[in-house]
Formats: sequence, structure tokens, C-alpha cells
Amino acid sequence: MAFDPNNLMQDRITDIGPPKYDRFFPPVIKENFGKWKYHEILEPGVLVHVAESGAEIYSVRIGSARLISVDLIREMCDIADKFCGGFLRWTTRNNVEFLVSDKSKLQPLIDHLRSRGNWFPIGGTGNSVTNIVHTQGWAHCHTPAIDASGVVKAVMDELFEYFGSHKLPAQVRIALACCLNMCGAVHCSDIAILGVHRKPPLIEHDRVQNVCEIPLVIAACPTAAIKPKKVGEMKSVEINQNRCMFCGNCYTMCPALPLADGEGDGIAIWVGGKVSNVKSVPMFSKLAVPYIPNEPPRWPTAVKTVKKIVTEYAAGGRRYERVGEWINRIGWERFFEKTGLEFRHEHIDDYRLAMTTWRTTTQFKF
Amino acid sequence: MALKHATPMLDELEKGPWPSFVTDVKRMAPKNRMCEDWLGIMEMSYRDKEGHWKHGGIVGVLGYGGGVIGRYCDRPDLFPNVAHFHTIRINQPASKYYTTEVLRKLCDLFEPRGSGLTNLHGSTGDIVLLGTTTDQLEPIFYELTHEMEMDLGGSGSNLRTPEGCLGMSRCEWSCINTQDIIYDLTMEYQDALHRPMFPYKFKFKASGCPMDCVAAIARSDCSIIGTWRDKIRIDQDAVKAYAAGELVPHAGAGGREKRAFDITAEVIDLCPTKCMEWDGKALKIWDEDCTRCMHCIRVMPRALRPGVDTGATILVGAKAPILEGAQLSSVVIPFMKMEPPYAEFKEFVEKVWDYWMENGKNRERLGEMIQRVGLREFLKATDLTPDPRMINTPRYNPYIFYDPAEVPGGWEHDGVAFRQRHQA
Repeated sequence: MAFDPNNLMQDRITDIGPPKYDRFFPPVIKENFGKWKYHEILEPGVLVHVAESGAEIYSVRIGSARLISVDLIREMCDIADKFCGGFLRWTTRNNVEFLVSDKSKLQPLIDHLRSRGNWFPIGGTGNSVTNIVHTQGWAHCHTPAIDASGVVKAVMDELFEYFGSHKLPAQVRIALACCLNMCGAVHCSDIAILGVHRKPPLIEHDRVQNVCEIPLVIAACPTAAIKPKKVGEMKSVEINQNRCMFCGNCYTMCPALPLADGEGDGIAIWVGGKVSNVKSVPMFSKLAVPYIPNEPPRWPTAVKTVKKIVTEYAAGGRRYERVGEWINRIGWERFFEKTGLEFRHEHIDDYRLAMTTWRTTTQFKF
Repeated sequence: MALKHATPMLDELEKGPWPSFVTDVKRMAPKNRMCEDWLGIMEMSYRDKEGHWKHGGIVGVLGYGGGVIGRYCDRPDLFPNVAHFHTIRINQPASKYYTTEVLRKLCDLFEPRGSGLTNLHGSTGDIVLLGTTTDQLEPIFYELTHEMEMDLGGSGSNLRTPEGCLGMSRCEWSCINTQDIIYDLTMEYQDALHRPMFPYKFKFKASGCPMDCVAAIARSDCSIIGTWRDKIRIDQDAVKAYAAGELVPHAGAGGREKRAFDITAEVIDLCPTKCMEWDGKALKIWDEDCTRCMHCIRVMPRALRPGVDTGATILVGAKAPILEGAQLSSVVIPFMKMEPPYAEFKEFVEKVWDYWMENGKNRERLGEMIQRVGLREFLKATDLTPDPRMINTPRYNPYIFYDPAEVPGGWEHDGVAFRQRHQA
């Protein structure tokens, strides 16, 4: 049956879910599922997994922009057909892995990928800076304070030497979110780039009652800065500007409260988060730089700041020490000293459980 | 061929070694008018330092309440080909293994019906088709279900698309079959995924071990993290080989150059519970003191392996900051066996949902509801018994609630009797 636009419910299939996970496994994966013995990273970006049976699968990991075209996907398919029997996968950080069962094709694959200019950089394994988990930015979202794809490209260009090498104390996870909804991993990354606003929303009183559910708008504010207000005959809201910290959540609920502003918006940088339980427990990222202006197309100040943090960490971190573990060992006062970042009143927490973040000891370094 | 819009700022992003999304999209633009106008609107955003998409947009396919993110540009006068630019979320196969055949079919399906741009993948896991028009949504869905046997993912106040780490498919540490768990939950709860019925969004993620490669503890309302409760398996000969520098530590993650491996400094002293000992001949682990952080196992993967009595720790409540602040998931079930059909786990999930659907406020994540009502009320509602593994520390304020039934005599006072003992 072909699609019939005049009879939409006819022949409709629903609730079938995704293809089963093993449908696209290479045979070696299928045969050795749950029977892997160990793995080795042969060189940056190249892994081998060895099964109890002695079977091996090689994975070659490449960076990807995440926002990719069907033509680029087809090119990846051509490569996978030529060297990998038609099998590939994506990682949880949006890198691509070419899966090689036939060892004789491993080196030709690597050589081929290297011959393709900038399209398929090999790396992202071990103690590297791997791909940046990021969001939609100006490409598709309505609430961003910054772009995502452009900032990521600018940062990865600058940190590229760390993608295809293993020279850091531990892996460094960088994430970006274009507003503080923090879609993705910004709140738990070694280094996080976050889009922030610095001006309260503008209120379009003539639109509020028509396009917004006012009680939802009021409930959307974490600092209770929003009250209902009548403006002439119109039901609207009032924002106590002194209580607004520009989170933008009221705009998420109400299209008549836009707050994007070319001059006010910019980037905050956070550090020291992690999700793994290895050695230390998972940690949130903490504020390192409250504000850096938006500087498209290459965001040089933000890029320089991230590079400085990575460089200081690379020099001072001990083996296996994540950024957050390094900072916890040396102390925040040393972190600010070493990175040369200015410590400002914005760094001091003032939200609800703020006092748990103040220093309640005489232990500190001069 | 010259493109319709000049993009001097975006052109700067064609330079440098990292793959350029600009170059990629520009290659598409001569044959796709949506790509052409998308470049134009991005360039305008770069110039204005403000995005150019209108607020919201409610579109979808019949029978479902989610899966499509509607989007309209705010300058259709300048960029008519991205006047509609909706995103379709397609439920990915768990942990994202593909054949070139299925990917090519997907590309062929989407290209004539949209921008030909994708996100592989969305942060929650979905395949994201980036940019199509309202009239194409039903045809794409029809082809997707009929030709591809694929379905939409989730959006809105519902169960979002679950995802796991690659688990047993290619990792020696996975203590649970993350892919099967994710597939099973996705299929079991299709209705909750496609038709929003919750106070707010709800996410499942499953990681095979405490390394947590899918970030379940930070990015899912219900986090399933593999673990074990018996002993770490030790191959003493392999330990000796590491100590002697014959095997590369950390599987080469710190480089493969020959270096002396100091097992005491790099493993024994870094163990968070100091439950290991190395006397130069044999490695000893006091497993009863081990908290299964994975450090020793990841540094010596050929010598140490997780135990064989495996299952999962279940944690709940992770979320991003809005509204009440970011939360990581908290332990509520220290250990649960995870075997198909996962009946015990599903029973727990359904109790959670029943309670949250009844008590959660509008747009209140599970973690926020638990914060509001207290972990104690949540445990009662889900028939769980308090356990010291659920806390980092006991409370240090004395503001303790009691149930009158637990206090002899209850809360009814006899004022006259009190006054017979105590004059006012």
C-alpha cells in the first residue's frame, strides 16, 4: 500500500519501536556478545577487543561534527562497505566507529581515512579531548544564548592536537549547551561551555494574554520574580528585575517574554564535573568564568580560555586525575591562580543551599 | 556554483582541522534549497548574535503526541525555504550499531523530503532528521514504519527515548545486558513514549558498569548502572606481567610507550577504600571493602575483571538545573538482578510512575518531586526499605518527622491529665 494523504489512518503502523539492537551487529559482535575478555588501544583512535574465543574486532574511531548531511553519511557508508563489511556505529559522544573484522583491512582503512583531508580525523580514545557533546544553538533552537556548532568547531580546531593523542593525565570531556536548560552533559563535564543571558526578558504586554498561560509563566521562575499584572485591560505579568537571573525559563513557557540579546548574551565556562564513579564520585561542574562575550564566527576569547584551562591541567594534573580531581587536590584558590582567571562575586553561590559551598574551615592556601 | 546568500562569517568555519559542518552543508546547498536558506539564516544569526527561530511550534503525526519538534524561522520573508524547519526524532537501535544498508535507506528517505541534514545523534539518543515541512511529516512517518520498520522517538511530557552504553556487545566490563534492557523497556512502554501522559519528561539510561559511558547518573530520571556483589576476578600472572612492565597499563589510554608501571602508586594508593595490597608477588583485594569504582580494573584490564554475580544499582532523579537546581540520581535500589523479562524492575518503575503521575506537579521532574515530598515518602510509595547505601551521610539537622502510629499513645493529648501533673 502506498501512502494516501486523503486517508491518513488507513494502514497506519504505530508503536513498533526501534529495530532490535542486534539486527545490525557485525557477525563477530553477534558471536562474541557478552564474551569479551579484554581490550587494548593500539594507537589513538584504534581499539581492539579480544573475546574469550580469541576472536577480535577492531574499531577505528573518528571525530564528527554531529550535524552532518546525508551526503557525508553516504561517504561514511562507502568507507564502511569497502573496509568493514558494511558495519559502523556511533558513540555516546557522537564519534563514529568503523568496525573491522578483517585485520588485513585495518591499516588500509586507517590510511584511507588519513588521506581524506579533514573529514575523518582519527582519535577520541584514551586520555584525549574527545568530541564535544553539544546542542542545537542557532541552527534550530528558539531559546539559545549562543551558537553550538560554531563554538564547538572553533574549540576543537584549537584543541585538535589533543584529539588524536594520549598526552593528558586523563580523558577530558568538554560539553556545550546553548542555554541553561543544559540539554546534554554540561552540568557534569570536565569543561563545560554554557550560553547565558544577562538581561531580563522584554514583556510584550499585548501578546501575553493571547499566547501564554500566565500561571505557568509564574511557576516557571526559580527565583519567584514574576507576578501577574494588569496593564490597562490586558492581563499580563510583571518581572521584578532585581530578582531575575536571566535563566530564560519563562520564555520557554511564554513566547511573549523574549530575552535574547546580541550584546547581553554570551558564554560561561564551568569545570570539574564527571559522571564516572572511578576513584572519586560523580561531580557537578562548577563556575570558572561567568561571562565571555559572543564573538562569532570563532569565539576567540572563549577558545583561548578553554585552551588555557586544558594547558594548566595538562601540566599540573597527575596520572589518572580528572580536571575536577586535580582542582580538588590543589584547591580552588590555586586553580584561579594557575589559570589566571579572575575570581569575582558571580562565583559565589547565592541560591538556596549556597552556604554549603562557602569555606567553613581555616584550611586554605595563601 | 554561487550560493544564494553570502556567508563570510560561516566561511571562516571552513578553516581548521576539525570536520566543518559549514563545508558539509555548503556541499549540499546547490542541490537543496533548504540548506541554502539554512546557511543564510545561520549567517544572519552570526551577524546579529541572536537566533532566528520562532518560539515553539506544535506539529506531529496522527496517533502520537510527540516525536516531532516544530520550528519556524522568524524571517520567512528572507529565507522562505526554512519557513518550516521541523525536526523528526527517530528511535535509534540501542547503542547505535548500523549497517550501511539501513543508513543509505534512511538518507534516501529523508533527502527528497527535507533538508538532508541530520544530527547523529541527539543527546538523548535519537536519530535526528533536521529540517522538513509540515506536509512531509506523515509521508516520512509512513515510509519510516512501512519501509524501514522504524518508529519515532519521544518528545514532550512523556517517556523519552531510552539509551544505553554498548554493553556486552563490545565491552568486557558490562555487568548487565544494557541493550536488551533498553530495547525491552522501549518496547514495553511504547504507549508512554508516544503519547505524553506524565507530569513532565522521564528518561531511562542504562550503563553496563560504574564507568557509566552513557552518563546515566547525570542524564536520566531512572539510571540503571551495572555492578557485581562478589569478588573481582584476579589473574595473578597478568598482575605480575603488568608489574613487570610486560603489559601496557590502562590498555594504552595513557600512551603505549614503554615506561615503568608503579602498581603501588597507580593502583594500590589510588584505590578509594584502600582495600588492596601488593607484596611484589600477589595482589590481594579485600572485596568486602571494595566500592566497585572500576579504577583497578580499568588500569589492569587483562588482570582484573568484575565479579560474576552481576546485576544493577538503580538510582533515580537526575536532571538539569531548571527549575530547582541540577541533580544527580540517588541510589534507591543498591542491587537488583536484571534478567529478562525484568519483571521486578518494571514493577518498581510502575510504582514510581503511579506515584509521580498522581503527586507530581505540572512540569515537575521526578527528582524535584522527591526533593519536595522527601525520599522517605518516595521509598514508602515504592515499597522500598531504608538502607544506609541510599545516603552519603545521615541527616545533621534534628527536624525529624514521625508517624503518630509509631509513637506510644499517638498524638491525641489529654489536656486535663497534663494539667493534673503540671500547673499552668
